Amino acid sequence: MADFSIEDVASRLKAHLPRPVKFMEVCGTHTVSISRLGIRGHLLPDIRLISGPGCPVCVTTDKELSRCIGLSYLPDVVVATFGDMVRVPAGGTTLLERKAEGADIRIVYSPFDAVELAKAFPGKKIVFLGVGFETTAPGVGAALIEAEKRHLSNLFLLPFFKTMPPALLALVSMPDFAVDGFILPGHVSAIIGTEPYRFLVDKYRIPSVVTGFEGEDIIRSLFLLTRMVKSGEPMLLNEYPRVVRPEGNKQAKKVMDAVFVPVDAGWRELGVIPGSGLGLSDRFARFDAGKNFDIPQVSSEPPSGCICGKVIIGAALPSDCPNFGTACTPQHPVGPCMISSEGACAAYYKYGL
Amino acid sequence: MMCLAFPAKVLDRKGDTGSVEIGGVIKDVNFFLLPQAKVGDFVLVHTGIAISLVEQKEAELTLSVIDELEKVILEDFTPPRRRKGG
Repeated sequence: MADFSIEDVASRLKAHLPRPVKFMEVCGTHTVSISRLGIRGHLLPDIRLISGPGCPVCVTTDKELSRCIGLSYLPDVVVATFGDMVRVPAGGTTLLERKAEGADIRIVYSPFDAVELAKAFPGKKIVFLGVGFETTAPGVGAALIEAEKRHLSNLFLLPFFKTMPPALLALVSMPDFAVDGFILPGHVSAIIGTEPYRFLVDKYRIPSVVTGFEGEDIIRSLFLLTRMVKSGEPMLLNEYPRVVRPEGNKQAKKVMDAVFVPVDAGWRELGVIPGSGLGLSDRFARFDAGKNFDIPQVSSEPPSGCICGKVIIGAALPSDCPNFGTACTPQHPVGPCMISSEGACAAYYKYGL
Repeated sequence: MMCLAFPAKVLDRKGDTGSVEIGGVIKDVNFFLLPQAKVGDFVLVHTGIAISLVEQKEAELTLSVIDELEKVILEDFTPPRRRKGG
């Protein structure tokens, strides 16, 4: 463990900074680490750390969420999902409530658990909810390759995966968007490598550091960003070389290329971003739940009064929301940023900032 | 926690499947995305799947001395990966 305090770090960073700055941590797992370690509060007011569009559940659109829930009304369908999706509301219900009503909803730890379910229940149709970023998509791709090898005809995927670089491009292209540096996601980068972010530095001149998730990683990244602000020389740096290679994981990228194709995808608040989603390739099209099932329509109205969309683009803080901590708490969440454990609202609520 | 991943030590492997130890807990893991992983390696595990090798040499770099951290601001710049000792 480190032999220094956050206060010490904060005062040293501030001593070097020529002006107050705003850095964005893109990844929801970073948001949780930064809040849990108390880093955010100690850096204020000179250094503001704001959360970005890196919580998969939070960026999933209400329309996509309603498709996920719609599946639970189909006969003989088993919805297999990671746990963070089951409490997200759409159409006045959640997958957890649908489970209580008798729908077959299974929380799985790994996409390979869905393959096992398909083997164990040949009379059922197992639909895996494909929500997540590049960290998650190749593993799901690997599970589909396994299903193909085993000639499983009762496993399906609802492909709502999203990719990070196009979303960052959309974000930095917004007229009002301004940050002094990016703390870039470590585990997305373990797959895609560092080069896909090059445009942030070359075109937009924003200091950017691929960062790990330990407190020391985050603090090191803050020193690197501070250095670049001070020198006025933006660079793309990799603070997490123990896990992230510049070229990423070649086998994982090969799997993604075989199983998925880039498609335009909707993001909460950011809207449709060209090439930012992953649809299934022709070879794997037969696994597409969206094409195989007539999914019942459920309402896709956004939760009322929720400002999650503003929070995930850094335009508002969780505390700016009138519902935060009153009508909306982790026990009784209104919107996805409070529901997902990686959401900024959940992290700010749990750790105070 | 969809981007959460844990470093774990590979205990055994047979083709694409095997097991790892994470803080004393033994778990089954799929190695399809990391064919080069060997018994004894440290790997990063996400949703039951090994997604990256954790390089021990890099992991052991000390990040715990603040004066060393502050040097990245003060010294002539060398990308962190190539800096000796951190």
